[in-house]
Amino acid sequence: MFKLVDFVAGDAQADRVVPPTGFTASLTLFSAAAMGFLAVFALALSLATGRLADRWGDALARSSTVRISAPQGQIDAQTKAALNVLETTRGVAAARALADDEQRALLEPWFGPDLPVDTLPIPQLIEVIEDDDGFDTEGLRLRLAAEVPGAILDDHTRWRRPLVRAASRLRLLGWLSLVLIGATTAVMITLAANAALAANTQVISVLRLVGARDSYIAQAFVRRFTLRAFGGAAMGVIAGSVAILLLPSAQAEGGFLTGLGFQGLNWFWPLTIPLLAAVVAFGATQAAARKTLKDMP
Amino acid sequence: MIELENVAYSYGGAELLSDISLNLQPGSFHFLTGPSGSGKTTLLKLCYGALLPTAGQVRLFDADVRGMERDDIAMVRRRIGVVHQDCQFLNHLSVSDNISLPLMVSGRDLLAEGPNMKELANWVGLSSRIEALPPELSGGERQRAALARAVIMSPDVVLADEPTGNVDWEMSQRLLRLLVELNRMGKTIMIATHDLALIRAAKSQVQARVLRISNRQLQLAGADL
Repeated sequence: MFKLVDFVAGDAQADRVVPPTGFTASLTLFSAAAMGFLAVFALALSLATGRLADRWGDALARSSTVRISAPQGQIDAQTKAALNVLETTRGVAAARALADDEQRALLEPWFGPDLPVDTLPIPQLIEVIEDDDGFDTEGLRLRLAAEVPGAILDDHTRWRRPLVRAASRLRLLGWLSLVLIGATTAVMITLAANAALAANTQVISVLRLVGARDSYIAQAFVRRFTLRAFGGAAMGVIAGSVAILLLPSAQAEGGFLTGLGFQGLNWFWPLTIPLLAAVVAFGATQAAARKTLKDMP
Repeated sequence: MIELENVAYSYGGAELLSDISLNLQPGSFHFLTGPSGSGKTTLLKLCYGALLPTAGQVRLFDADVRGMERDDIAMVRRRIGVVHQDCQFLNHLSVSDNISLPLMVSGRDLLAEGPNMKELANWVGLSSRIEALPPELSGGERQRAALARAVIMSPDVVLADEPTGNVDWEMSQRLLRLLVELNRMGKTIMIATHDLALIRAAKSQVQARVLRISNRQLQLAGADL
């Protein structure tokens, strides 16, 4: 803990031994800012797709549909029989037959608003809501087959799974992007640190001549690059967070895209990005400095 | 203090120094002479651990340099002040900061050492130039600043590599007087130089051993000097 405090507080004398400017300073600052900005979006993507996967999985898993396909004169009787079966099935919280208006609304996007539902052989739909325990899908299917020959149970598994899988993959891609951003940051900082060390071989040999330990020399570079990465990433995170704030707010019509962002306590997650950038820069510069100093005569 | 025993040093397959034995006793004064390229700088570098011998043994303050880690060598360097011909300064720091560099890297408090620093700058005649940057200094001023940096930690030994190589006769005499003065304070001094006039001038001020590198080997110079 004390070492961390000492590192952040720094040594004003040690900070001066390495020349203060150079293209590596701007390069590190810019790349850390760009990576911080991208990391905010990757994080937002991961969190949003996570929420989406949970929502889709949860909402679709709790509802099912029974479809009654029967000759016109038998639909009402079979619907009633199906509702009776559902009402006596353990795990079913509610079951109701959709009204003509609701069925028309479901078909409206494809056939327009003036569809004469009553003149078409459209199956009757029954919405089934599960309770927390859920029902035995196979058992219910067998009962319906025995008592209501025209009833088909659709528990949404067919199309729920690909949706949840897609959302989960997106979430994985988001996290993978974050890892790649971290790795790219490490690579860029390593290159910049190597360039800085190579440009300062004369400084290093003078410091060694006067009795500086390699850890002292490395520290001068490591602290500088760590603070630059932290500062750059902080700037990128601020810009990225403002951009996320300016996105349209989440709406049902907007679907996934307008839900891209942070909600509630998730807004604290971007604050970790500059810290992670600093840790990555610390490790990358430390490794580069150690190797360079070891290889130097 | 600094001992070399049957030391050889080769680089790129060529042997530069062969069978060198040397013992720098506390308070002694040595000149190391020989033609350009004879290996004076190499021998000095062996004496402060900047190079490792390819054969033989170098002991710095009773420790074999081969068994030393880099940090150990750094600690030894704080006891050996080195003056290079090209001085080697950090050009972005002032003369004052460059002279204080050994204090900085050893974690000493520069504020507390301020009076010593001023006294030292005064001793080498640079008190009016301490805020200048190294490129603004003349050759003689740079050598004196390098000498001040070499002695600010009060080292036991001062090794100087051609300290008068880039300065006029008057300035070389001034530098010599400073080195003789350090020797009278008990410091061990070794000066590598090809300037025989400087050695002759020193003989009237200090009892010095003159060593010559000839054919890769170290010899005691004769009365011709």
